Amino acid sequence: MKFPRHLLSIGDLSRESATALLDTAAELARISDGQIKKLPTLRGRTVVNLFFEDSTRTRISFETAAKRLSADVINFVAKGSSVSKGESLKDTALTLQAMGADAVIIRHHASGAPQRLADAGWIAGPVINAGDGTHEHPTQALLDAFTIRHHLAKDRGTLDGLEIAIVGDILHSRVARSNIFLLSMLGAKVTVIAPATLLPVGIESWPCSISYDLDDSIEKFDAIMALRIQRERMEQAFFPSEREYSRHYGLNGDRLSRLKSGAILLHPGPMNRGVEIDAKSADSVRSVIVDQVTNGVFVRMAVLYLLLSGSPANLAEEVKG
Amino acid sequence: MTRIVLAREEISRAVRRISHEILERNKGADSLLLLGIPTRGVLLAQRIQAEIAAIEGKEVALGSLDITLHRDDLRLRAPRPLHRTEIPTGGIEGRDVVLIDDVFFSGRTIRAALDALGELGRPATVQLAVLIDRGHRELPIRADFVGKNLPTSRSEQVKVQLEPIDSEDGVVLEG
Amino acid sequence: MTRTFKLVNARLATGEKSSITVEAGVITSIGENAKSDVTEIDLKGKLVTPSFVDLHTHLREPGKENAETVASGTRAAVRGGFGAIYAMPNTNPVADTAGVVEQVHSLGLEEGRCDVIPIGAVTRGQEGKQLAEILAMAHSRAGVRVFSDDGNCVSDPLLMRRALEYVKIFDGVIAQHAQDPELTKDAQMNEGIISSRLGLKGWPAVAEEAIIARDVLLADHVGSKLHICHLSTAGSVEIVRWAKARGIHVTAEVTPHHLLLTDELASTFDPIYKVNPPLRTERDVHALRDGVADGTIDIIATDHAPHPLESKECEWPAAAFGMIGLESAFAIAYRALVKSGSLSLQSLVAAMTTKPAVIGSLSDRMSGLTVGAPASLNVIDLEKEWVIDRDRVESKSSNTPFHGLQVEGAVESVLFRGEWVMRDGAILR
Repeated sequence: MKFPRHLLSIGDLSRESATALLDTAAELARISDGQIKKLPTLRGRTVVNLFFEDSTRTRISFETAAKRLSADVINFVAKGSSVSKGESLKDTALTLQAMGADAVIIRHHASGAPQRLADAGWIAGPVINAGDGTHEHPTQALLDAFTIRHHLAKDRGTLDGLEIAIVGDILHSRVARSNIFLLSMLGAKVTVIAPATLLPVGIESWPCSISYDLDDSIEKFDAIMALRIQRERMEQAFFPSEREYSRHYGLNGDRLSRLKSGAILLHPGPMNRGVEIDAKSADSVRSVIVDQVTNGVFVRMAVLYLLLSGSPANLAEEVKG
Repeated sequence: MTRIVLAREEISRAVRRISHEILERNKGADSLLLLGIPTRGVLLAQRIQAEIAAIEGKEVALGSLDITLHRDDLRLRAPRPLHRTEIPTGGIEGRDVVLIDDVFFSGRTIRAALDALGELGRPATVQLAVLIDRGHRELPIRADFVGKNLPTSRSEQVKVQLEPIDSEDGVVLEG
Repeated sequence: MTRTFKLVNARLATGEKSSITVEAGVITSIGENAKSDVTEIDLKGKLVTPSFVDLHTHLREPGKENAETVASGTRAAVRGGFGAIYAMPNTNPVADTAGVVEQVHSLGLEEGRCDVIPIGAVTRGQEGKQLAEILAMAHSRAGVRVFSDDGNCVSDPLLMRRALEYVKIFDGVIAQHAQDPELTKDAQMNEGIISSRLGLKGWPAVAEEAIIARDVLLADHVGSKLHICHLSTAGSVEIVRWAKARGIHVTAEVTPHHLLLTDELASTFDPIYKVNPPLRTERDVHALRDGVADGTIDIIATDHAPHPLESKECEWPAAAFGMIGLESAFAIAYRALVKSGSLSLQSLVAAMTTKPAVIGSLSDRMSGLTVGAPASLNVIDLEKEWVIDRDRVESKSSNTPFHGLQVEGAVESVLFRGEWVMRDGAILR
């Protein structure tokens, strides 16, 4: 199996490598479900969580994953926005390299920052994108795919034929971008549902269908993913009011009752209860939102294991032994 | 150059003999737990289980133990997906565990397996059964049950083929 | 010391062979009957053109001398075959007073290797609130004729109208950087399929086109001259084409990079490709080439925008907009327009010499290679292949998007008012 050197976007994965990654995560979940809580796999390796943007849940998820594989974890939480910048990305990278980081997990407010880190030659090890601007969040998409596969495809195979809706702010969502490309690559039929203001220009060329109406075909979906809507978008005139948004695009009890049997609800968190999803939906039996969090650790363990085994020089050939 | 070292019947005989030896050493099948190391070690474990069933009329506990995540040479290997680890209910605590692998070489796989077992619990004993022992040990580990001792040079490769993963049974030496 | 010499065996852009005699810094005769009793320099059939005129250069002095100075910028100009460069006013302080434009002008004179002609700001501090002292700049020793808030758009329609009217006093021109600020807030790259995929905030074509449409109508209404900086979209070309057909006094420029590069390069997230206006699509590139070919776009201008390394060695949104362009301008334009079959060599030379001189009211360069014109000439080896190398530039900055690109057409020697400022690739002054 060919696995990429870095995980920057879903484009780095093939259907084959994404499936292998999910299989690996599934096996890790099984092992962890039994007695083995900690594996020696990455003993002696140093993994850096480089977070330029606050995200406690993602950072903790990666940290847990790395620690279960016995890696040493350094948390490097850089403060500041793009305007009030302190140390440059380059100097930060050089510092981490000098400290002997074997892999860097980066979350950044700027789209493309992980790719800059990977391409500019400042650090040697693999770079894992933990969310960059409005670009991608590949491990979130992988954990979503894992969760969908677990509930709807018994952990095996692909998502062939599953109808999946992604509802909300597609324009600003890195989660949506990664999911659209990953889920469709794995065989799902993805529909994005949003007001036209929250759909990016040129989305017609993406591997998904587009709808402005959630009620139109809600019965057909096997999984519905609601995206977090940020209140500041209202001031930027993307939609007139939370009430109007919620009425047309929010998941609520009424819509819940129309879902087909077995359909599941996902949300990448953190939720705005009462806006894109109401409490009744979020806490219903169809909600797999808590599973998503659990599965995040397994998927990230799989990513770390696969990216950190082997070195570039001998990736081509498996050493015999 | 390729040379057949063990043919189908010889493999069957070796498996049968190992099964007898395991029973003899452990005085029966009651506390036994056979753990195959994927992929072909698992097939061998299944065959040994079947032989023991034929001899004793009892089904001994069987499982698999993937050691990928316990290896010390991950940096040297291309990434690969995990194989299944299957520990029967009841676990390994107090059992007589027999690790089963196809080829016994440097000993590093078995070291990793011992580490993996350590995470799972504390067996009464751990024994090792292999189809081929080709020498070149790098660690102080020895096998308890050996199908065939096969002197090799380091550059040679030993390939164990077992149905149904492979089209037919056989052990070949390449190099 | 004034010298007299004759360039023989020269090839003109029209293709004909000729000889050119230079006396006291001026062309005194052209053709086979040129003076015979003077030193002859054999050009071995190489191309001779008037030196290029760049209507759009950023010299960064005063204020950002770590990126470029008048000294380094004019060396880069000479390397690229430019004998006159118009310096944009977005310096620190902004060139919005007679004092600053005279300073830049005199720095250029001191360097003495090409003409440096300041462009004055349209509004004070380029803030788009009130007019700068345009007349004072026009009447200064710098004699400013071109005014621009480049980098910022004069977006207030009333202020734009007034500026267009005001420069009529001395037959000046307003060079507009067409970019609607509201439609491009925080914009990073061309809005389209690529920006959406990359999650970089999009810069819609309409933000440029809407301003151009408004301004050609304003120029028409007040009967003034409008110049549009760096056209980048197919729609902009259409609007200018329409305006010209209607008889409106509008001229337009395009940069070499917009004639060759597309927004797909942003997929690398390497901000070396970050520029204002942004790189557009393949379709736009072709429309721009067609626009030059049919005369809708009058001139090539570099928008030479030097930035220090640290402004580009960072994540895309944090990086500065801009590319250097003086040194590679001819080779890139030659490749994009002439080699591609869109334009004749003669028309390209006009678009880099006489036409920008006319727009910029640079009177002694308007007629090109003629008797009586200053002997500011380039000798160009059209066949010579060379590789653009960011580590071997005269500019203080190295932010070229063309690093490693093999091109044809090298400016070998440059004559500035009868003196060699570059000879066989070596800058002499």
